[in-house]
Order: sequence, then structure tokens, then C-alpha cells
Amino acid sequence: MHEMSLTEGVVRILEDQAATHGFTRVKTIWLEIGELSTVVPESMEFCFGAVAKGSPLTEGARLEIIRIPGTAWCMDCSGSVVVASRIDLCPQCGGAKLAVTTGEEMRIKELEVE
Amino acid sequence: MCTVCGCGDAKVEGAKVEGHIHPHSHDHDHGHDHSHDHGHSHDHDHSHPHDHDHGHIHYGQGIAGVHVPGLSQSRIVQIEQDILGHNNDFAGRNRAWLARHGVFALNLVSSPGSGKTTLLCRTAEALKAKFPLAVIEGDQQTSFDADRIRATGIPALQVNTGKGCHLDAHMVESAIERLAPADDSVLFIENVGNLVCPAAFDLGEAYKVAILSVTEGEDKPLKYPDMFHAAGMMILNKIDLLPYCDFDVERCIAFARRVNPDIVVLKLSARSGEGFDEWLAWIAEGRRRAAAARVKVG
Ligand SMILES: Nc1nc2c(ncn2[C@@H]2O[C@H](COP(=O)(O)OP(=O)(O)OP(=O)(O)O)[C@@H](O)[C@H]2O)c(=O)[nH]1
Ligand SMILES: [Mg+2]
Ligand SMILES: [Zn+2]
Ligand SMILES: [Zn+2]
Repeated sequence: MHEMSLTEGVVRILEDQAATHGFTRVKTIWLEIGELSTVVPESMEFCFGAVAKGSPLTEGARLEIIRIPGTAWCMDCSGSVVVASRIDLCPQCGGAKLAVTTGEEMRIKELEVE
Repeated sequence: MCTVCGCGDAKVEGAKVEGHIHPHSHDHDHGHDHSHDHGHSHDHDHSHPHDHDHGHIHYGQGIAGVHVPGLSQSRIVQIEQDILGHNNDFAGRNRAWLARHGVFALNLVSSPGSGKTTLLCRTAEALKAKFPLAVIEGDQQTSFDADRIRATGIPALQVNTGKGCHLDAHMVESAIERLAPADDSVLFIENVGNLVCPAAFDLGEAYKVAILSVTEGEDKPLKYPDMFHAAGMMILNKIDLLPYCDFDVERCIAFARRVNPDIVVLKLSARSGEGFDEWLAWIAEGRRRAAAARVKVG
């Protein structure tokens, strides 16, 4: 989904952070992307390559994507389970009442800057 | 280009000026007043299952290890910022504004052509004598939908997103400023017809209402789970066409509950008006609560 506008959101945050933290170049960006978040990492990397060129702040920057696995709490069997998508059933009991606990992240975690 | 929406050329239709104007408040200077330091208070105790055995550099210490003081100015900055943070900041401001004014706001999301505008026109006709209503119409191009709403006699503002495939909270903020919905009114936001990314963009609404017409097939909640997960309500529209479709209503509802056990489901026809009473009653109740909460806020 709309990785381009998300990527531009990332660059926007970097611009703000550059002012706050006083850096002029970003070398590496660590992004946490949950596996349930619908962001396609490859597509994000592709978009980032295109967008990063447009600014001295981000030109040549490396994007490191950290995938966060999907986990959910099953209300039927009261256990924490691993899920690959929002429509998964509980792998333990087959129940559908799952509350996602991780995997929805779309976050800039950390930057290497100078 | 607007970095919140990626829209490139979004336009918010002028309320006073007829036709489109380009306020292009996309200079984003107003974005800098939020404090961006809130990320730094995170003490990293949230327990993500970071097993990190999948070949990623461990961001906690990896880079520090290769850092050679004196040779490079490189340093690590931990920021912990949500990528949608800017949108969410605007959405939070919209939500606060709406709460202060007792406005009950609904964000209508669906595929193109599910009947959003038809539903809104009929809703406007039914409710306009009871309390104030206003509509924000999001489409990539044209002001056809806003024109249709205005023909019912209620205020409407068209937002053209250009290449953008969704409304974002910044566009809605500009639209609310221009439209200035009345206190204790109902504000409908018709999103761009798209079952994918409007799910991720909070606009500040009370609820997302996902509209699915029976001609689209009952599998949509599973094919586009994010949208049905994000929505508080699913409306099955065009039920007048059920005799001509293979649409399995119960299966569809079961699919929707699978991605969102709490979703409220209404079945109606925006054409015949069948099932409308429940929809109108639900809106009236939402508005009553929003207005009551405003009185409490003072
Ligand atoms: N039979 C039938 N047709 C309907 C109903 N609701 C809408 N339609 C028709 O469906 C078509 C699309 O309706 P719109 O209201 O324009 O749909 P929309 O969701 O606003 O479309 P976009 O804004 O383009 O995404 C029109 O031809 C409507 O007359 C309904 O309940 N029954
Ligand atoms: Mg429409
Ligand atoms: Zn279970
Ligand atoms: Zn979009």
C-alpha cells in the first residue's frame, strides 16, 4: 500500500529530526515494520531509493528494515500465538478471537547520522 | 510534494470561492510546532519479540561496535517515531476540535461505486431537518460528489487528492477550517474509493464506516482485512440487488467478524431506503453522545 507516501513521511521525519538533533546527513535508518502492517518492505526500499536521492540529507542513506513478527492473544485458549496475517485462525485451537499484540509497527527506530 | 499525503497536487475546494482553489497550505510550516521529543522518553522496555536471528544488524549495539571515534562523525540517534506520526498528530488535533464542538464525525470508506454518495444524499434528506450536517468529499478529481450533496441543501466541500489515493488528516484539517461544521452537528467524510490505504490514515473521526455493496462479492473482508479491521461498522449496501447476485450475506458477516469481532453490521439499500431506520437511529445516537460530551467539556 502507498509505500511512496509512507516513504515521504519517513523523509519528513528525518528532516525534522535533523533540525532537532543537529545532523546534516543520514547514513542508516532502521525501520521497524510489522509483518501485519501491509507495508511491503521491498517496495518501501525501492521507494526510499528514489526519494532519498532528492535531498542531501538522505542521499546514499541505507535503509535497514527490521521485521516484527505478528503475535496475537487468543481469547479462546488464553495463549499468545504467532500469526502471519490478520485473517489467521488460532494455530492452537482454531479460534478466531485473536487480538493482535505485535506486528502492526511502522516505526523509525534509530538513525546513524553525522 | 506533500510529504504527509504524497498527493503532489491536492486541492481543497474553497467554501466561498466557487470552483477549486489551491490553498496549498502544503508548506507544512505549521507542522513544526509539535514537539518531536516525545520519542526520547521511551525506555525501550516494550517487549518486541526481537529475536534478530534473521540477519539484521542489531540496532541496539551493532553500529556502536563499528564506530571508530575520531575517524567518523557518525553517531546513533534513537528516535522511535511512528511513520504515520505526522498524520496522527493532525488527526489528534482534528479529534480534539471535533470533541470541543460536539461534532460526530464518520469516515466513509469503500471501493469505488459502493454507493457512498447515494447513501449520504439519502441520509442528508432524512436528517437535515433534525440537526446540522456537513460533508467532506474526497475524490482524486471532479467535484461531482460535492455537487450532489449540495443539491440536497447541506454544506459540502470537495477535496481533490490528485494522485493521492486517500484522504489524510492534514487535508481534513484544512477542510474542517473551511467548512466550519456547526456545534453538535454530524460531519460525514467520504473518503476516496479505495479499500486499501484509507485504513491506515486516521482522520480524527469517531468511526470508520466501511461500505460494501452486494455486487462486490462477500469475500472482500478477507481480501482487504485491514479496512474491515479498522472500521467500527460495515454497511452492506444495495440489498435491493440481492435477488440478482450470488452474495452470501451470512458468509460475508462471518468474514467481517473474523477480522473484527466487534464490527457492527447494517444491511440497507441507499436506493430503496430499506434498512435505513437503523442507520439513521445509529447516527442520531452518536450525535447525541458527542453533543452531551461537548456540554461536559464546557
Ligand atoms: N441498486 C442500487 N444501486 C445503488 C445503491 N446505492 C448506490 N447505487 C448506485 O451505485 C452507483 C454508484 O453510487 P455512488 O453513490 O456514486 O457510489 P460512491 O461510492 O459514492 O462512488 P465513488 O465516490 O465514485 O467511489 C450509482 O449508479 C448508484 O445509483 C443501492 O442501494 N442500490
Ligand atoms: Mg462518491
Ligand atoms: Zn486459541
Ligand atoms: Zn493512499
